[in-house]
Amino acid sequence: MKFRQFIILALRNILRNRMRSLLTMLGIIIGLASVISLIALGKGSQADIEEKISTLGTNLIMVKPGSTQTHGVRGGAGTRSCLTMEDVTAISRLARKVLHVSPLIRVSGQVIAGNANWNTSIEGVDITYPMIRNYEIAQGAFFTPRDMKVKAKVAVLGQTVVDELFPGLNPVGTRIRIGAIPFDVIGVLAEKGQSAMGNDQDDLIFVPSTTALYRMGDGETVHDIMASAVSKSAIDQAQDEIAAILRSTHGLGADDEDDFEIRNQTEIVSTATQVTTTLTLLLSAVAGVSLLVGGIGVMNIMLVSVTERTREIGILIAIGARSSDILVQFLIEAVILSLSGGVIGILAGVGIALGLGAAMDTQVIFEPFTMLLSVGFTAIVGIFFGYYPAKKASMLNAIDAMRYE
Amino acid sequence: MKIIQLKDITKIFHLGGETVRALDGITLDVPQKDFLAIIGTSGSGKSTLMNILGCLDTPDQGEYLLEGVPVNQLNKNALADIRNQRIGFVFQGFNLLSRTTALENVLLPLMYRRDHRIAHPREKAEKALEMVGLKERMHHEPNQLSGGQQQRVAIARALVTDPAIILADEPTGNLDSRTTEEILALFQQLNDDGITIVLVTHEMNVAEHTKHVVEMRDGRIINNYQVSLRRFAQQKQTVPIPGNPQSPL
Repeated sequence: MKFRQFIILALRNILRNRMRSLLTMLGIIIGLASVISLIALGKGSQADIEEKISTLGTNLIMVKPGSTQTHGVRGGAGTRSCLTMEDVTAISRLARKVLHVSPLIRVSGQVIAGNANWNTSIEGVDITYPMIRNYEIAQGAFFTPRDMKVKAKVAVLGQTVVDELFPGLNPVGTRIRIGAIPFDVIGVLAEKGQSAMGNDQDDLIFVPSTTALYRMGDGETVHDIMASAVSKSAIDQAQDEIAAILRSTHGLGADDEDDFEIRNQTEIVSTATQVTTTLTLLLSAVAGVSLLVGGIGVMNIMLVSVTERTREIGILIAIGARSSDILVQFLIEAVILSLSGGVIGILAGVGIALGLGAAMDTQVIFEPFTMLLSVGFTAIVGIFFGYYPAKKASMLNAIDAMRYE
Repeated sequence: MKIIQLKDITKIFHLGGETVRALDGITLDVPQKDFLAIIGTSGSGKSTLMNILGCLDTPDQGEYLLEGVPVNQLNKNALADIRNQRIGFVFQGFNLLSRTTALENVLLPLMYRRDHRIAHPREKAEKALEMVGLKERMHHEPNQLSGGQQQRVAIARALVTDPAIILADEPTGNLDSRTTEEILALFQQLNDDGITIVLVTHEMNVAEHTKHVVEMRDGRIINNYQVSLRRFAQQKQTVPIPGNPQSPL
């Protein structure tokens, strides 16, 4: 049909005023480039954060003691020490949606090996703990059930501790002292890197929870309980089960508040990504405004174009173009103008996102759907802002238009 | 058969409270294969008549039949189609699209054609350009062509749709006398080939090249006669007419 010829004509008119067309498109180019690059970077950094948080563990559920309250004065989170080994045993026995559970007894101590020493966190955990937190053994082995039972003085070192105490050496089989107590090093953890919050997840030493409880703790108090749900979808159920079990072991009545706090990984993820999401949304709104301004630019230039080409329009009407033909012709031109601005904008946006992503060392995630949507949006911008000038052109009177100089 | 039948056409303009009867009861028949010149001074109403003949304007009163079709009853789109398919325009200022080649200019009316009766538009356009002797220059843009050549392109554009009639509004007004002769020769040749032409001019020597002259003044036809001593443009001129009287106009 003549649609094709209209497109060719429109392209020619756009190319005829190259500089002007480019400047007109610039608004849309900038708008779209910022939308695309911001969304790509936003999604990328969100994925980065999620990935880092998932290193915390798989389907992780954390139980912390609640805050203390003495004569109305409330302490902070975790100030109460109400979690015990009985709680852990009850959870592992009763909670069906919980796959693994482990206590966590955390003490800080000076570790000495030969003439080197290092202050680190000593964590007393069960043998299931590596499964809950996704720790892997690089060298040696983790504890055995027997180690647990006999409260063996064995330790598994994190990579940072190894680097500090045994630079360049294999520590497995050597003996270290934690405070005054000697421990045999039986394994080394694989490196895990920083957590999403920025703490070094390798600067620690694992010892059997029983050992920690009786040799370093008070034989009773557990600082945290870490558990993993059987699946991602079971996290909420598992959390409810744990809450119910703890309420009963703590002997809480129906009106009492929980004396513990349960958090899961998805909550942490959503908190951490909330800022990014809000920021992306805000910047997208700004980009949307610039698209609007770009659209007004298209309208402006189309109005100029219609005035400039009044005579030409008159000729076209005289030789038999219907007003609908003129309307479609100018509309096509406006749409091509904004659409090519959109395509250039997307390419620019992809380029900017890749460049910034490489510079800031974050992931860049492109969503084809978003891109398609933005292309569609620019087409709509073209139609919306091109309609008035095109209508104006189509309403021209041939006799007057041909006389126009 | 009559291509154009005008019955009592009246067109009134209101200019600043003043009523101007641009056309005041025009009745006129144009038979097929006629070569009609409408002459008159400026303000005589000849351009208004031309616009009405070309379906660019509608009369306030009277009836206009084009090939037997009452044009005043048609809507805008139908008028556009009539202009596209049945009428070929040639203007004083050529009115070609700039920065568009001769061939593309000639193709233009076919682009808006809705009945798809022309199967090979490009060949048709090339043929029209060949008829006006511009086949070699069809890829030139208007600014690379002389005035006469531009007017030939415009004539080719008028011819390409096989119209019932060609309306030429002062087609030689912007041309020198030698080029005027060339264009008039082309019109005469096209008329000999059977194309009906209506030409508006204020120059008597142009009108003398036609077959039939209608003289207008103040919106009325004051004279309507067949040209007895017809002039032939130089390219086709065979027999010199002795003692050809110069027009008093």
